Amino acid sequence: MKLNVDECLLKALIVRSVRHWTQIVILAAMTVAFAADVSAQLLINGAGATFPYPIYSKWFYKYSEVDPTVRFNYQSIGSGGGQRQILEGTVDFGASDSPMSDQDLALAPSKILHIPTVAGADVVTYNLPGNPRLNLDGPVIAAIFMGKITKWNDPRIASQNPGAALPNADIGVVHRSDGSGTTYIFTDFLSSVSPEWEKQIGRGTAVNWPVGLGAKGNEGVTGMVKQMASSIGYVELVYALQNKLAFASVKNSSGNYIGPAIESVAAALATATIPDDFRFSMVNAPGADAYPIAGATWLLVYQHQRDPRKGKKTVEFLKWAMKDGERMAPPLDYAPLPTNLVERVRAKIEEIKY
Amino acid sequence: MISAVCFACALMVILPLALVLLRLVRMGASSIDWAFLTQLQKPEGEPGGGMANAIVGSLILMGLAALIGVPVGVLGGIYLSEYASNRLKWSVRFAADILNGTPSIVWGIVVYALVVVPMKGASAYAGGLALGLIMIPLVIRTTEEMLALVPNSYREAALALGVSKWKTIVFIVLKTAGKGIITGVLLACSRVAGETAPLLFTTSGNQFWSRRLSDPIASLPRQIYTFAIGPYDDQHRQAWAGALILILLVLSINIGVRIITREGSAKPVK
Amino acid sequence: MAMMVLALVVILGLELCRGAGLSLRVFGWRFLGLSHWNPVNNDFGPLPCIVGTFVSSLLGLAIALPLSLATAVYLTELAPGWARRPVITLIEMLASVPSVILGLWGMYVLLPWLAAGPYPVLKRCLGFLPFFQGPVGGGYCVLSAAIMIAIMIVPIITSISREVFRSIPDTQREAAFALGATRWEATRLAVVKSSTRGIFGAAMLGLGRALGETMAVTMVIGNTHGFSASLLAPGSTLASTIASEFDEAVGSLYPSVLYEMGLVLLLVTIVTNILARLLLGAVRGRQHA
Repeated sequence: MKLNVDECLLKALIVRSVRHWTQIVILAAMTVAFAADVSAQLLINGAGATFPYPIYSKWFYKYSEVDPTVRFNYQSIGSGGGQRQILEGTVDFGASDSPMSDQDLALAPSKILHIPTVAGADVVTYNLPGNPRLNLDGPVIAAIFMGKITKWNDPRIASQNPGAALPNADIGVVHRSDGSGTTYIFTDFLSSVSPEWEKQIGRGTAVNWPVGLGAKGNEGVTGMVKQMASSIGYVELVYALQNKLAFASVKNSSGNYIGPAIESVAAALATATIPDDFRFSMVNAPGADAYPIAGATWLLVYQHQRDPRKGKKTVEFLKWAMKDGERMAPPLDYAPLPTNLVERVRAKIEEIKY
Repeated sequence: MISAVCFACALMVILPLALVLLRLVRMGASSIDWAFLTQLQKPEGEPGGGMANAIVGSLILMGLAALIGVPVGVLGGIYLSEYASNRLKWSVRFAADILNGTPSIVWGIVVYALVVVPMKGASAYAGGLALGLIMIPLVIRTTEEMLALVPNSYREAALALGVSKWKTIVFIVLKTAGKGIITGVLLACSRVAGETAPLLFTTSGNQFWSRRLSDPIASLPRQIYTFAIGPYDDQHRQAWAGALILILLVLSINIGVRIITREGSAKPVK
Repeated sequence: MAMMVLALVVILGLELCRGAGLSLRVFGWRFLGLSHWNPVNNDFGPLPCIVGTFVSSLLGLAIALPLSLATAVYLTELAPGWARRPVITLIEMLASVPSVILGLWGMYVLLPWLAAGPYPVLKRCLGFLPFFQGPVGGGYCVLSAAIMIAIMIVPIITSISREVFRSIPDTQREAAFALGATRWEATRLAVVKSSTRGIFGAAMLGLGRALGETMAVTMVIGNTHGFSASLLAPGSTLASTIASEFDEAVGSLYPSVLYEMGLVLLLVTIVTNILARLLLGAVRGRQHA
């Protein structure tokens, strides 16, 4: 009797367990199969700035065709994140549009190199009827982002834009909610033209915004400005162009209103003084045609690479980027590095050890 | 009169669901094509491409979560219902309730500190662990509740026949409560399938296929979030399409479960 | 395995404390009262986020509670038999919609609609109150976040209060009817009045869920630090701040601050959940008896 019961139960168990656990077994098998696929393909992980994301994602996409044995996975999470993750070693390379501070570099386990890649422009973009091109100077931009100018038809804006149809509407300020090199470039510029800004807010990848909405990444700010009438924000040029948003010409240090474009960024880059560690600022550059809110962007790599395979591939990629990659910059509205700078960067890349 | 007001409230409660589903189908259905299901994402700002890696990534993460959450949850539930002393029962239940109420974003940062930093990088493991940990208390509680529904007379009958305790549990109790437990497990799976917050910091994200579980991995909810806050119209289109796929996944599990339970609900009555 | 649950709670607490250690040492408990947020100068004050968390959650609860209770009353007392099952199923389906999808819908469907119609009307009619001032913008504001939260917690409050109402014995309703009460009176006196505890419990459980809600809130609240009396102004919550800033927090203090905010969030949700259990415990007991 007892034997019989056990037999029946055993049968039932087998049938049941087959049915019940099939799903889990399949998933487990999938997992194992996946883990077992230790193919030759190498994944190199990076994270950071959103400002150069359009060109980086293009580079990494193209490079997967140039060298199929390696994939560069890049997550655009913000320059602050790029700096933090390279310091913590949770990525193989970081990216930032603000150079790392001496204080942060001192925290690094070994030397971090700044490899400049391209330069771009922060544009002041807005969502107004008819998408007019406005002229704005530094102090007015500062006043708008401090909440001191709240209406589009404010005389301080109107006086610089005779003839422009400015609505009597509230200005909706949009800024970044994350740590951002774009913010650094923007606040660096505002600090250099507005003493009030410098005193009350200062420059940094994340600051204490007196007014406005926070959005994540250049993507987020662009999206929000695009969606919200009468709003204003600051993004990298390519985001405004690709999304057909209007942007302002900004008064530079020579008193000219200059529109953001490859040429005006290149003009700013040409007049910037670039030290040996490549950490430089190019806002409010002195050239007569220079766009004042411009900045370079950097890849952050350890000079001594932990993983020799990854190190080798990274160096190969960087060399490719300096040669073929730079040529992809103008179509995406980034300014490529001038040739003399490219030579200096190449020499720096040779210093990476693996 | 009051009946009408209450009816109106019930309608208002359901209204968002109807609106969300309608919009998802309208925006998503036209965007789901072969490319969307089989291709990787294109460089930023270029239209086209798809979310193939995110769809597979989500399934892998669910699998990993189930590998962690199901054994721990089911065995824990069995222990609670069949072996534990009352005092222990109370404290484990209490702990499970605390874990159940823990916001998923908190799991995200805890797993980041526990796994991502020591492992030097975001990975499918970390994401799967975060989701698995969220599953554990859900599965424990449903398993325990389902086992509690099994009439004690069943256990007593088996024990009286001389069947040992663990055999009683495996063959009688689990068999009777099996459907309920599977229901609980599946519901927990569908719940974590849509979780985004714990994946933000643990899986990173990946434009390519992940070859190893120790690599960062793409997932549907994360990809939907990234594309939703992005500026490009084509990304928005894909976000809706991804959302439609995700909700189909979640709702099909839910509806599947409902069908199972409807069949099974007759059973204990017999 | 069951022990793992206990271990997990311990790990959860310890990890958060470890992460928050630096911030606790630097700021101590006065941290909670600080309100200035400027990562450049290492100024971190989570008070606006804490206030934002409670304001959005309580407001969400205020919207969700009456709707949920009415729905629960409808389902247990009033609805014709054929209508119950589909409505319950639909509400459960609403519960299973992932937060990120609601957020997507909120950003592209709900917000533009709110910003175009209801918000300007609110402002015009109630603009003299401090709660409805300032520019409407794209609709990214605390009120929108509260609406998202309400949508997310309605299912749980409805299902718990349904359970509570169902635990009231039918004899009680019959007694009310026998005394000549109308259907509404019977419902109000025999069912709702005697379920106050359970209703509070359901509300607490919903609140616990609301406090930790992350994605849908992050996507619509506007993510800014600072106080504003206006519900039409953008804000932030503990969860949304962690979600949007943790990845990018540079230095050692900034992430630590975010861990401490996670710790605060955890403690708050634990307290609400315990309260909910205590309030609901009595109801559960009655049901089993």
